[in-house]
Amino acid sequence: MRTLILLWRLTLPSLRRQPPAVPAGMRRDPAPTLWSYRYQRLMLTPFYRRLVRVGLPAAGMAVASALWLSADANRAWLAERADALRDALYQRPEFLVHDVEVTGADRALAVAIHGIVDLEFPVSSFDIDLPALRAAVAALTAVRTVEAEVEPGGLLRIKVTQRVPVAVWRYADGLRLIDSEGVMTGMIASRSDRADLPLIAGDGAKEAIGEALALFAAAAPIAPRVRGLVRMGERRWDMVLDGDLRILLPERDPVPALERVLALHEAQDMLDRDLALVDMRLGARPTLRLNQPALNVLRTAAAASAAGVPAAPIEEEH
Amino acid sequence: MRPLYQSQRMMRDLRRAALQRGVIAILDLGTTKTACLILRFDGPEGSAADGVGPMAGQSRFRVIGAAVTRSRGMRLGEVDSAIEAERAIRTAVQAAQKTAQVRVDHVIACFSGARPESFALSGEAEVEGQAVTGGDIGRALAACAMPEIGAGREVLHAQPVNFALDHRSAVSDPRGQAGRMLSTDVHLLAVDGAVVDTVLQCLKRCDLECAGLASSAYVSGLASLVEDEQELGAVCIDMGGGSTGLSVFIRKHMIHADSVRLGGDHVTADISMGLQVSTATAERLKTLHGGVVATGRDDRELLPLDADTGDWEHDRRTVSRTELIGIMRPRVEEILEEVRARLDAAGFDHLPSQSIVLTGGGSLIPGLDGLASRILGQRVRMGRPLRVQGLPQPATGAAFSAAVGLSLFAANPQDEWWDFEAPPDRAGARSLRRAVRWFRENW
Repeated sequence: MRTLILLWRLTLPSLRRQPPAVPAGMRRDPAPTLWSYRYQRLMLTPFYRRLVRVGLPAAGMAVASALWLSADANRAWLAERADALRDALYQRPEFLVHDVEVTGADRALAVAIHGIVDLEFPVSSFDIDLPALRAAVAALTAVRTVEAEVEPGGLLRIKVTQRVPVAVWRYADGLRLIDSEGVMTGMIASRSDRADLPLIAGDGAKEAIGEALALFAAAAPIAPRVRGLVRMGERRWDMVLDGDLRILLPERDPVPALERVLALHEAQDMLDRDLALVDMRLGARPTLRLNQPALNVLRTAAAASAAGVPAAPIEEEH
Repeated sequence: MRPLYQSQRMMRDLRRAALQRGVIAILDLGTTKTACLILRFDGPEGSAADGVGPMAGQSRFRVIGAAVTRSRGMRLGEVDSAIEAERAIRTAVQAAQKTAQVRVDHVIACFSGARPESFALSGEAEVEGQAVTGGDIGRALAACAMPEIGAGREVLHAQPVNFALDHRSAVSDPRGQAGRMLSTDVHLLAVDGAVVDTVLQCLKRCDLECAGLASSAYVSGLASLVEDEQELGAVCIDMGGGSTGLSVFIRKHMIHADSVRLGGDHVTADISMGLQVSTATAERLKTLHGGVVATGRDDRELLPLDADTGDWEHDRRTVSRTELIGIMRPRVEEILEEVRARLDAAGFDHLPSQSIVLTGGGSLIPGLDGLASRILGQRVRMGRPLRVQGLPQPATGAAFSAAVGLSLFAANPQDEWWDFEAPPDRAGARSLRRAVRWFRENW
């Protein structure tokens, strides 16, 4: 065995390639071997250059991180570190919210909004879901627009624009307050709670609230006598005055029609007469319906003066 | 001729492809040194603001890599040992690629040997249409009678150097001109086919695609003759290591090329033999202390002949510079005499202007211009290659005129025979005639 080792040690140096003998005075020939030439040319190819310079390091890093992440403990440690880091950032005093302030709402609405916000202060601003908060506040019927923002200094400010009721709508379930956009803002128990607001009624009255307001504005000269507007068949208005006098307004251009009635009233005190109905639905043929006593008086007078009979006498119904 | 004709066309297409890609390598396969330049083409520049256009097209490219290495396996301007020559090519190309940081696949090569021989041909053809087209030129070229260039010889350059249209001679470009009869003179340069094939094989084994071949005498003339000399008539004598090339130019065309198979290596060999020193020492003595005109001072200048044979007396000899000059001068004279003989045989005396430009590494011997003017003629000057953009300072000397000329050749090549479409009717008629004969014989 020892001889074998000795033999091996003796033969090993001779197996190694000897450096070529360079004659004195001659420079060593720097010619590249064919394979090193080919290798250099390959490395000068742009694709391989990029592969070696970018691709290989990136692949190495990806493999190393994948190997490291394959252990559960490492993943858990990484998640824990990330959580701790995130909490430390969230709990910084710059991001803490200490109070909430509601502006632009009356007391009842402010109480309702405080009930919605329901946060345990102090809370990090990252934990407040502002869009959800905004949606929740905007869902209140009395709120028209809402802006919620965290101000520097740790104040959650909720700016609310309240809906202003402009009319009372008598509906099947009671009296509702609606604003100028036709949105219900609340309910009242009796008409006298908001006697200052005009009354509207009927199906579809809410959708035509703009027209109703224009009619109420046009009826200002007889405002004390106006009881309200009734939407008929979801297409036109009836104005109801005291004494059950109705003014039937057309579907189109109701305001000029009402103004014609008011002009007649001003000229001849028409609405003070014993009328049941003023029908303005056909603009070319305004029609009046008298109450029975007035009709009888008119007929009697017509019969007495034989001259111009405006209409044939009608039999009394009862 | 047919295969080289086709391979020259293929090379032309490769050169176009390389110019499209923008990078091409220039390889000067010399006997002493192998030089490789890498050119980047940026496309034609706009004409300069001061009205000076690009001279000879050299502003269109830029040298981005240059490398020189000692040649191996080259002798007399030809490949002597293919494996050694490949190593030299690899060394030069790799070093140039390294400086340029770009990979080149296309290479244009030139070499000086292979016994170039010039032939003058002429042919004429009738113009078919209203004006001369490329097809007419092709037919005129095809009408040239092919000379006996010898067995195993191939055409390296075949350039139309002169056109005559009817009675008008010396038309530089007849295309688009009206006329009836177009005649053309062609200068054809034939070289040994085996040498060309060896060079192509070497380039192929270095994973390079040959995009062009040129004679180094021709490209040296392109680089070192100024425009007037090319126009009025001049000869460029490229004194290389293994052979001395000469190319005669007139009207910007090469009309004759030849080579003398004597060069700087023979001078070195003479010194080596005469002084009993190694070739490396002889080369060093020649480059550092050589000359061709001895003066009185040269007697006192003693040059040590270093050697390490172990013999004290032998290793400490000295030689005076006069003796060195005495060895070099006869050989240089012989080379120049031989060039003179070749020029006389070519009829150089009949040229209107007889400028003689000496270039190449051998022309750097001090005092050569005096000797040359005594032997060749009065109007001798030393030529240096044109300056091109990006060429490193060490590569601007006379020894690099072939490499620089090859760059210019790559940038705007001369129209060659194969650039014009061969008339298609020849082959068609022949096959038709064959078909008719076949019918006659069989029916």
